[in-house]
Amino acid sequence: MFDIKNLDITGALVLLDSGEITSVGLTQALIDLIKAEDSKYNAYLTLDEEYALAQAAGADAKRAAGETGKLLGIPVAIKDVLNVEGQVCTCGSKILEGYVSPYDATAIAKLRAAGAIFLGRTNMDEFAMGSTTENSAFQVTKNPCNTDYVPGGSSGGSAAAVGAGLAIAALGTDTGGSIRQPACFCGCVGLKPSYGRVSRFGLTAYCSSFDQAGPMTKTVKDAALLLEVMAGVDEYDASSAPVDVPEYTKHLTGDLTGMTIGIPKEYFIDGIDPEVSRTVKAAIDKCAELGAEIKDISLPLTDYAIATYYIIATAEASTNLARFDGVRYGARAEGATDPIDLYKKTKAAGFGEEVKRRIILGTYVLSSGYYDAYYGSAQKARTLIMQEFDKAFEDCDAMITPISPVPGYKIGENENDPLKMYLGDIFTVTANLAGICGLSVPYGKKDDLSIGVQILGPAFKEENILKIGDALERK
Amino acid sequence: MSENINYLTTIGLEVHVQLKTKTKIFCGCSVDSESEPNTNVCPVCLGYPGALPALNETVVKYGIMTGLMIGSKINRYSKFDRKSYFYPDMSKNFQTSQFDLPICEGGSIDIELEDGTRKSIGITRIHLEENAAKNFHLVKMSGVDFNRAGTPLIEVVTEPEIESPEEAYAFLQAIRQIVVYTGVSDCNLELGQLRCDVNCSVRPEGQVKLGERTEMKNLNTFKGIYNALQYEIERQKDVLRSGGTVSQETRRWDPDAGITTVMRTKEDAHDYRYLPEPDLMPMVFDDEYLEELRSSLPELPAKRRERFVVAYSLPAYDAGVLVAEKPIADYFEAAAKLSKNPKLVSNYMMTEMLRILSETEKDISEVTMTPEALAKLSNLVDAKTINSNTAKKVFDILFNEGGDPEKIVNENGWAQVSDTGAIEGFVDEAIAANPKSVEDYKAGKVAAIKFLVGQVMRFSKGKANPQLAESLLLEKLQ
Repeated sequence: MFDIKNLDITGALVLLDSGEITSVGLTQALIDLIKAEDSKYNAYLTLDEEYALAQAAGADAKRAAGETGKLLGIPVAIKDVLNVEGQVCTCGSKILEGYVSPYDATAIAKLRAAGAIFLGRTNMDEFAMGSTTENSAFQVTKNPCNTDYVPGGSSGGSAAAVGAGLAIAALGTDTGGSIRQPACFCGCVGLKPSYGRVSRFGLTAYCSSFDQAGPMTKTVKDAALLLEVMAGVDEYDASSAPVDVPEYTKHLTGDLTGMTIGIPKEYFIDGIDPEVSRTVKAAIDKCAELGAEIKDISLPLTDYAIATYYIIATAEASTNLARFDGVRYGARAEGATDPIDLYKKTKAAGFGEEVKRRIILGTYVLSSGYYDAYYGSAQKARTLIMQEFDKAFEDCDAMITPISPVPGYKIGENENDPLKMYLGDIFTVTANLAGICGLSVPYGKKDDLSIGVQILGPAFKEENILKIGDALERK
Repeated sequence: MSENINYLTTIGLEVHVQLKTKTKIFCGCSVDSESEPNTNVCPVCLGYPGALPALNETVVKYGIMTGLMIGSKINRYSKFDRKSYFYPDMSKNFQTSQFDLPICEGGSIDIELEDGTRKSIGITRIHLEENAAKNFHLVKMSGVDFNRAGTPLIEVVTEPEIESPEEAYAFLQAIRQIVVYTGVSDCNLELGQLRCDVNCSVRPEGQVKLGERTEMKNLNTFKGIYNALQYEIERQKDVLRSGGTVSQETRRWDPDAGITTVMRTKEDAHDYRYLPEPDLMPMVFDDEYLEELRSSLPELPAKRRERFVVAYSLPAYDAGVLVAEKPIADYFEAAAKLSKNPKLVSNYMMTEMLRILSETEKDISEVTMTPEALAKLSNLVDAKTINSNTAKKVFDILFNEGGDPEKIVNENGWAQVSDTGAIEGFVDEAIAANPKSVEDYKAGKVAAIKFLVGQVMRFSKGKANPQLAESLLLEKLQ
């Protein structure tokens, strides 16, 4: 028998190829495990058992017929924000209750073509707005490291599923840290690709300029493998980049000789938990030991990141979420007297507090007379931040920083202090503002809680950060 | 107050023209507006979660071509913006349009009024945008048909330089002619392919500052726009005459009652909260691309008319009729170029071709007669090989069956007899057979000669040259 909880993609493929297990067996074992244990974590919102088993049988038949595929027969858990044809896609919101997706997101279609199986949908902060997954309209997900704690967010369901061993791998999305921070809290690997690396077609938009889907896995190698499959230009997403996709897995050599790693001093501020600092320091030392040159650098505009991020993200969100009105799909309020009344009632009942807060913020910053002061200024600041990163990456191949100032939050801890939550995103939002890639790799612990380190790389240089992450993982 | 104050009218138009593409502006759905409701739809034009726009490049091309036709400046860097408003006809609750960097700026369109007055109307901008869906109202509920959602539009905005409903009418005719000519739109009014928002204001003569304006939205017939403007201008004048003030508002034109009523006041005006569209990349156009489009443009109809007058010696009226539709003008010109007598070609186009086309409800593209055949026909008449009556017969055969005019004339033996000796025989026959008419003529009844010419034609089976016949008759009867 195999240890399903610790099984990664690479390991599962070996077992499948050798015939030791079948995809149906693997999928069934996973479903059984989820049914037995997920009540402790609430990682999954829905399971699509019948469909997944049928897919698995198809994969087994293909394998028997000699067909191959990078993910043939591998079940992957999907954050409930990515459209999979025929499956629900609630985005953690009541307003999308009953919505069944009529199409595959491009990233999903690519996984499907590689043989992946879509067995279930994972919990998330409503419309990916949040850092704890407590903003889900349906359930509170718990951190598998310590169930008194949140799993982080917004991809908390995917992180908890992988962290608890209830998924072999998962997809998350990252708009301001939503892959990296929950991966850090739940002890798994999370990769936010560069903006434009993975098609956003079919990713329900929060902030179109920042959103990216990416892998959440047990190993860096698995993340590299998933990215290889998902990445690439897409005619359905004008923001996807026509940049060749390297074979990321071939870059994982464990040798960091010749690499320069920058350490931005603005990311090592007062108030960071000492254990977080110690973990990041240990990772830096390890990189040096493996041959990398370590260099102190400075990113002085970091102070402006949070304000810039929340203005742009909420502005775009206010228009992106306008479409949820109960007219064409999803939940519709009863008793409306005219279209505007229908919108008011549907949105009032369908959206949660945090989503309403961000829509109102975004509507305000785009209002006539305020545009220049808020959105216009934020766009200028964003351009400067991008330039600052471009400049910094002239002198280094990657950066290492903390991900979250703290190793975790207790469930309910930040309920009444949204601003404190926003400030917790300080180390992650910059990658989204600059469009660069970022990787979260577990590297330490504080009591039960897992602590990860963030590796940032230049746009479309995922191979740099995957190589470093993989080397750290080999400790 | 004096009853005799003169008022000046100022009108600005925002004309929405549906472009003639196969598919919508941001997805691959058909633009066919005749389909069953909600059959030409997909996640993109329905605004489903996660769907993204993919720009139809033909839309951009057509927008630029329209701008080049009217002398606009093409913005080398142009982008799309989200225009937010909540209404069920807009699936995303924002319209993807263009705000501060439209595809074209400036330019002008020449108009001509019925009395021949000419004027140039300045164009502020042309921008690209997606069409809204169509709401319809049933007894107990309302529905939305998203087939129209996402069909491509250009919005052409004029400067406030139109000064009467007549000018507005002429402008609409001119812009329709241009876009149809350029091949970027069919401009079918019945299918709603041209719709117009109309702004107008009046002010007493002598006042420089424009009066407060009102807007009427979504008018879709030229006559309706004309009538609405006439009513609205008079209404505003009445308000001013009675000492009132016109308030800035949106008014609804009721074509049945022939009046406008308040729809929305300035206080309810939308804040559209424009946002640069993050899902579409800014568009950058280089010289090469613009030059390629410029070289593909047809001649402006007004220019072409002037050229026809000079090059083919046509009356201005005839030239105007011929250039009104590009396929007709193209057909004429192809024939005229091969003809020794372009005026004759024009005559056959005006009297025969257009008449038969309208009688048979045919399009000129369906006609079997080639421009070459028409040119040959005109040359046969010009060389007096056939007379005009024969030419009509040949024209009918060519129109219905096609073929070569020379062959038709030869096979039927229709060539005109211009040989004096041969005609003389027919003249003698005619004189011998009609002594009464000969007498009448000699007694001073000049009209009798026409009868005798007719008799010559009869004896010659229509082939005699009538002018020759007449002069021979006159000679013999002297």
